[in-house]
Amino acid sequence: MDILPILSTLRRHKVTAVLIVLEIALTCAIVCNAVFLISQRLHRMDMPSGVSMHELVQVQVSPIGSQPDAKARTLEDLASLRMIPGVQAVALASELPFTNSSSNTSVLLKPTQTQPTLNATLYTGENVPQTLGVKLVAGRWFQSDEYMDFAAAASNQKAIPDSSRIVIITRAMAQKLWPGENPLGKTFWLGNILDVRVVGIVDNLIRPSLWWGDNTAQWSMILPLRLTVGQGASYVLRTAPQDRQRVIRAAVAALKKLDPKRVVTQQRTLDDARAEFFQGDRAMTSLLFGVIIALLLVTGLGIVGLASFWVAQRRRTIGVRRALGATRADILHYFQTENFLLATLGIVLGMVLAYGINLLLMLHYELPRMPWMYFPIGALALWLIGQMAVLGPALRASQVPPVVATRTV
Amino acid sequence: MFAYYLDLALRSLKRNPVLTGLMVLAIGLGIGASMTMITVLHVMSGDPLPGRSAKLFVPMLDPRAPDSGQNARAGIMGTPDAFTWVDAVNLLREHRADRQAAMSAGSVAITPLDAGQHPFFAGGQYVTADFFPMFDVPFAAGNGWTDAQDQARARVVVLNAGLARKLFGDGEAVGRLVRLDNTEFRVIGVLRDWHPQPAFYAQHGARVFGGPDQFFMPLQTAMELQASFRGHFSCWGDGTESRTSDQCTWLQVWVELDNPLEVLAYGRYLDNYWRDQQAHGRFPRKDAPPRLYGLMAWLAHEHIIPDTLSMQLWLAVGFLAVCMLSVVALLLAKFLRRSGEISVRRAMGARRRDVFVQFGIESALIGTLGGLLGLAIAQLGLWSIRQRPDGYAHLAQMDVGMLVGTVALAIAASVLAGVLPAWRACLVAPALQLKTQ
Repeated sequence: MDILPILSTLRRHKVTAVLIVLEIALTCAIVCNAVFLISQRLHRMDMPSGVSMHELVQVQVSPIGSQPDAKARTLEDLASLRMIPGVQAVALASELPFTNSSSNTSVLLKPTQTQPTLNATLYTGENVPQTLGVKLVAGRWFQSDEYMDFAAAASNQKAIPDSSRIVIITRAMAQKLWPGENPLGKTFWLGNILDVRVVGIVDNLIRPSLWWGDNTAQWSMILPLRLTVGQGASYVLRTAPQDRQRVIRAAVAALKKLDPKRVVTQQRTLDDARAEFFQGDRAMTSLLFGVIIALLLVTGLGIVGLASFWVAQRRRTIGVRRALGATRADILHYFQTENFLLATLGIVLGMVLAYGINLLLMLHYELPRMPWMYFPIGALALWLIGQMAVLGPALRASQVPPVVATRTV
Repeated sequence: MFAYYLDLALRSLKRNPVLTGLMVLAIGLGIGASMTMITVLHVMSGDPLPGRSAKLFVPMLDPRAPDSGQNARAGIMGTPDAFTWVDAVNLLREHRADRQAAMSAGSVAITPLDAGQHPFFAGGQYVTADFFPMFDVPFAAGNGWTDAQDQARARVVVLNAGLARKLFGDGEAVGRLVRLDNTEFRVIGVLRDWHPQPAFYAQHGARVFGGPDQFFMPLQTAMELQASFRGHFSCWGDGTESRTSDQCTWLQVWVELDNPLEVLAYGRYLDNYWRDQQAHGRFPRKDAPPRLYGLMAWLAHEHIIPDTLSMQLWLAVGFLAVCMLSVVALLLAKFLRRSGEISVRRAMGARRRDVFVQFGIESALIGTLGGLLGLAIAQLGLWSIRQRPDGYAHLAQMDVGMLVGTVALAIAASVLAGVLPAWRACLVAPALQLKTQ
């Protein structure tokens, strides 16, 4: 296909050609970045939690004011929850994944350090990691005689015995504290008053709140502290996925029966908590998807309209070419090539724009650099849309009979 | 002449109904998307307290150790956004502003004294006496409490309209008793559904655009009863996590300063306070002097508008640009295809201006139709935003200003889209075009 005649035709429609190239460029740039943003969100929503996501339910009951005799009440609650048919494990936990509420503390490698090495979430409560289904990859869980009452530990941290100064941390946190070393048996400090020794390493355990940034999502640790009901603690129950709703109802009924004056402040599956946690990301993803579709549609329809005009305008020229021996395929290819040229120009310009937009997003929205593999996605989409859009008008052009050349308009 | 051109334009548009529909749709979609996002950002960045906001200020001190907050997210935690108990109490006691108040969010269990109603939890604020006059909080009945009642840790409470109705129905609420956690409180005031958006005075968590605070309790009373507080509670130093520690920030402090001189004087007072405390070994950050933010500046500083929303606005604007380019290209091609017709008109004596006006009217017609469609699409967009679970969702309503703005944007867009094609059309020379026929 000879492109010189196409170029000379386009030169006669300079302004229109420039406009359509600009449109393709802008669409291409936005589509590239939108696809990148979508992949970022999808990746975020796919974040590992480290817990048996589909088997857990949360039931939180809050006493009115402070709970009298909280310890006995908690033991009674736990015993009664364990009796519910289908419940595999129960624990009272201070934090749960995706609940957006957490207690966090500075971690120091030496007490004299002036700035903390990192900030991590504290999971507390007896048997919480086992109930959550967290995977132990090295070391051991806590033994029951190592647990201490939370209230006693908090009121005098200096009086915590050595046997309770132990901690289980995630692999990610261990890697951050001691890169490449065996963390078991090593010691670090919470604030500059309490030293703890690592006795176990778990695979993953996500922080309840990602306020400190997604790159710190797995910086969690578990302390051997026993909780009592109230102060934001929740019961977490593990059961088969299909039993979850029944277990929630049974648990609420059981807890209400033990003390009807309490208020149930939360009852949901952990899957629901996760869905709520990521609802912003989900909404943004579908919005971006809608924008991509709308952009490609508008651009595609614009190309259809423009090509139809050009075909109608050039009917006589087409007739002359056909009369001079051009085949239908020649005419078809002419319009397809013309569109390909325009699209390519637009795409080249679009790549530059896409890069620029990505730089702006990095500057203002703390987004990472777009990997190069996203650029061809936009290019491919625009080439495809262009060819699809031009096909109809180009076919119509190829149907123009040679006899048109002899007619006066 | 106008009527004639309008008739011509209608005929021309009818000749190509699909294309006309396409152009109207493109303008409509672009304007609808942009106006949806502009409206959302407009209502969110509005002044929550018109008339008073210029007099309200947030003092800010940075009492942290020189190197704490290193792991915190850049920008958000770069400066603290709350006070320690010690500094809040000092500023309130020294009383250098016209009015000053400290506050924190909290939640209590409410037990109605009527048998039969179940206890429930409600969210509210623990505040000091000046809160009500300073923010011009509208009372439906009764009033707030006094400084003396603050100091006496009085068991009094002010209810917002919703909670008062829930507890006492339509009956008189002032003077009645209500049990909060395990203590009886006397209701001394009921607000007219007070619900400034954003809830500028509160700590700027997720709830800043959410539902109203249901009750207001004296801060000192809440401290004494150890009621449950909500929001970021951030400590450093030796790790003693106590509400009264001078190493834990959690309180919001607001002051009212009625004129610029007072603002200057208060700024100086804060500087002196800062230096004075440094002499006592506090405020180790020498590079972080005290700041005084106006209300609107404070909201901007706190980033209360989520990043995703401004990103969505840019997406919408980009989309509008693509739609506009598409429409301009189509109009241009359409007009130039009628070069023959134009040159006939020109040869018969029509001036360039006439041709320009004729084609200008045709594009304006498309723009107007597109604008109307855009208005409808924007309403649809706002409706869909109201279905979102975010706290700001219920705000997504178009006011008169935005309605006018939409029409203005549509007209501007159509003029912009029409100018270039109409101008190119009026440049068509009479003779040349006739010759090629």
